[in-house]
Amino acid sequence: MQRFADLYLEIDRSNRRNDKLAALTRYFLSAPAEDAIWAVYILSGRKIGRTISSTQLRNWAAEISGYPHWLLRECYAVVGDLSETLSLLIPSESSQGAAPPLHEMVEQRLRPLGKLSPERQKEVVLQTWRELSTAQRFVFHKLIHGEFRVGVSRQMLVLALAKAAGVEPAVIAHRLSGQWSPTREKMRHILQGPGEGEVADENLPYPFMLAHALTDAPATLGAIDDWQIEWKWDGIRAQLLRRGGKAAIWSRGDEPISTAFPEIVQAGLALPEGTVIDGEIVAWDESASRPMPFASLQRRINRKNVELSFWPEVPVNLIAFDLLEIEGRDIRNEAQSARRTALEEIIRNSPGNLITLAQRIKIDSWDRLGEQIAQSRILGVEGVLLKRRDSQYLVGRPTGPWWKLKIDPYTVDAVLIAAQPGSGRRAGLLTDYTFGVWNDGRTELVPVAKAYSGLTDAEIAEMDRFVRRHTTERFGPVHIVQPVRVFELGFEAIQKSDRHKSGIALRFPRILRLRDDKNVSDADTLFTLEELLRSVET
Amino acid sequence: MSEDALISSREGGLYCAAGDFYIDACQPVARTVITHAHSDHACAGAGRYLTAAAGERILRRRIGADAAIDSLKYGEQVDLNGVKVSLHPAGHVLGSAQVRVEYRGEVWVVTGDYKRQADATCAPFEVVTCHTLVTECTFGLPIFRWRKTEELAAEINQWWRGNVAAGRTSVLLAYALGKAQRVLSLLDPSIGPILLHGAVQSMVEVYRASGVRLPAAEHANAETARAGKGRALVIGPPGASALWMRKFNPLSVGIASGWMAVRGIRRRRSADMGVALSDHADWPDLMRTISETGAQRVIATHGYTAQFARYLAETGLDASVYATRFSDAGEEDETSAEEV
Repeated sequence: MQRFADLYLEIDRSNRRNDKLAALTRYFLSAPAEDAIWAVYILSGRKIGRTISSTQLRNWAAEISGYPHWLLRECYAVVGDLSETLSLLIPSESSQGAAPPLHEMVEQRLRPLGKLSPERQKEVVLQTWRELSTAQRFVFHKLIHGEFRVGVSRQMLVLALAKAAGVEPAVIAHRLSGQWSPTREKMRHILQGPGEGEVADENLPYPFMLAHALTDAPATLGAIDDWQIEWKWDGIRAQLLRRGGKAAIWSRGDEPISTAFPEIVQAGLALPEGTVIDGEIVAWDESASRPMPFASLQRRINRKNVELSFWPEVPVNLIAFDLLEIEGRDIRNEAQSARRTALEEIIRNSPGNLITLAQRIKIDSWDRLGEQIAQSRILGVEGVLLKRRDSQYLVGRPTGPWWKLKIDPYTVDAVLIAAQPGSGRRAGLLTDYTFGVWNDGRTELVPVAKAYSGLTDAEIAEMDRFVRRHTTERFGPVHIVQPVRVFELGFEAIQKSDRHKSGIALRFPRILRLRDDKNVSDADTLFTLEELLRSVET
Repeated sequence: MSEDALISSREGGLYCAAGDFYIDACQPVARTVITHAHSDHACAGAGRYLTAAAGERILRRRIGADAAIDSLKYGEQVDLNGVKVSLHPAGHVLGSAQVRVEYRGEVWVVTGDYKRQADATCAPFEVVTCHTLVTECTFGLPIFRWRKTEELAAEINQWWRGNVAAGRTSVLLAYALGKAQRVLSLLDPSIGPILLHGAVQSMVEVYRASGVRLPAAEHANAETARAGKGRALVIGPPGASALWMRKFNPLSVGIASGWMAVRGIRRRRSADMGVALSDHADWPDLMRTISETGAQRVIATHGYTAQFARYLAETGLDASVYATRFSDAGEEDETSAEEV
């Protein structure tokens, strides 16, 4: 625990990628395998399972610190992170004993916690608080809550382990994929030297290759003929593995999701032995010839077993866009164009229509990309993907070979009407904004969206000062703001909602820009949004 | 608090009607007592100033050479229109003072900014018993508990050593008056050369002239930067420009401020190192001080005043808030250069 907490704090403090990488590598080279495996488990985003509620923790902390609940809430408003707030409030004079090793902490304390009576749970937590320093307590709370965002990407974890093991990152990524138990043996397996034929002989997916968002003009990418252009579907990224007489589907989160999509597994059985296809599973509306909303796919994922009767309700399709393995041979090092040709061949020869080939958008000039993207909404796609035809299939999110280009969001001009303190990096700053648009009579601003992101740090600081100077009323942490500033908000979708006063809900609202050039009276009305909703629904 | 209180809150600052003087006036008034020379407490334009003798040079540097400044030794008493006024060490920065005001047997103490942690660059805080305590509470929430000065010093020196090993120059941002000198006093000069930003250096000179012993340090210019490349520690003000910092590349940036105790704020400032070294009292010291002064009435200024007063009221004290123009500073201040 001591070593892991130090690692956490070192990474957390550092702004430099190389320093983080070095700290991780040092940790993996020095930590006992039984502890290191838990570090891998946690840092790769796996959850220990929440065993204690925040309310329980808060109550116990209030009890042993002697501070009233309202004061805890005020502290939280400044700190913006409950784990940290509690760690700072628990008396440290009582510190005694030494922190147990990480594996002991997880296996003997955290995991069994759920089965204990509330009294015993409290004893264990209070005992642990006594043994830990303030900083260690913070990490302990993060472990309990399983929200371990510390700025270690999967790619960085893979690189650090690769360095520690002295093998290629791809090998590590592969060793980390799929489901495994956090044992000492597994850690030894992760850190072992280069093995032979390792990748193909386990029935595991390849690490996924991801695309960066393109911010420059597409024309900067050079000749358009060097690029393969595809639609970007809003579904579940997945690999279909046809190996050893079986077929399996894995999601990008290295989760096996075969049970959710039995019909695709079945279709996969018809592929030649030794095939791995990369693609996107979408819920497909045959009659409209476009994908159904993402939410319908989620219904499938959330079910443990999909009965046959469920199939017609949310029909699915695997849109295949890459081929990673053919006849048992890993072809990720071959060019995109060659893999595409092989993929086309495979799909052509496969029976049924559940696995379809991702359509290539063929245009001869970047100038025409815009009109293609403009069709995205009609087709129900998120935008386009640009893939260099000579690129290999790499691990993670390399810069250069793959780009994604999303369609412009819908926009609305709305007025800032309230703000409250943010969390994390925005702790203590009033950065969680509520925006409103005019009602029909333009007599009242109706809240339509909360947005947190989209401003620069300088703008956030300016907004914080602005809100404080223009607060008309306060309800706890919520500052009601004089309605004088207009913002352009972007959002991805609009839906009816009974839960919102406005009757509508915006998906992924964020701030596109400050519109100080606009008067409050210029802001949009609810009617505009309702019109948009109607146009989307028809 | 009614207007007939011995000290009340006015637009221009805290005001003692019986003695007809202000404390830390922020408007041009006839007479003001100054708790310390930070710009949110000492403003130019007053007719006469009264300050602790130890802080006179600094105040003069801040508000102008020809200001009418009277000074008092710590503990020395003066009579202002029948009101007895004395100044007592606040431990915040060199020359910082608490103001003790006595009139017809009633004693008020205005703490100004203060701390009770070790600081070799100024006189240590003195507990002054009183009936009413007007206290700062910049860090008036229980999440703020400072570590010992020695531990923080060790942390700074360890960071510096680590940077030397990695071939990076260390740039430590600390408020030019007070914090920078305290930091300087904590550095281990055997690690490497110490350089000072101009704004810091001029205050260091005032400190030295006032008799405070500090490690040797040079002005940070292109030449000393080059000579100390990868080894030096440079102390600069929080508002130092990126352009200024660039001449020390490759560098590691540290910030010394009480706000660094909060991870979110630390991350927002995106320094390589944040050390929670503050010249303000933390929560336990604020509580201890109130109890030791024996005050039955406490008035909070500066910081988390509403929360602080509410908590005190719940513990049975007569607690209230005086709005000052920085009353929201607890939340806001870290974006400004002052304190902290």
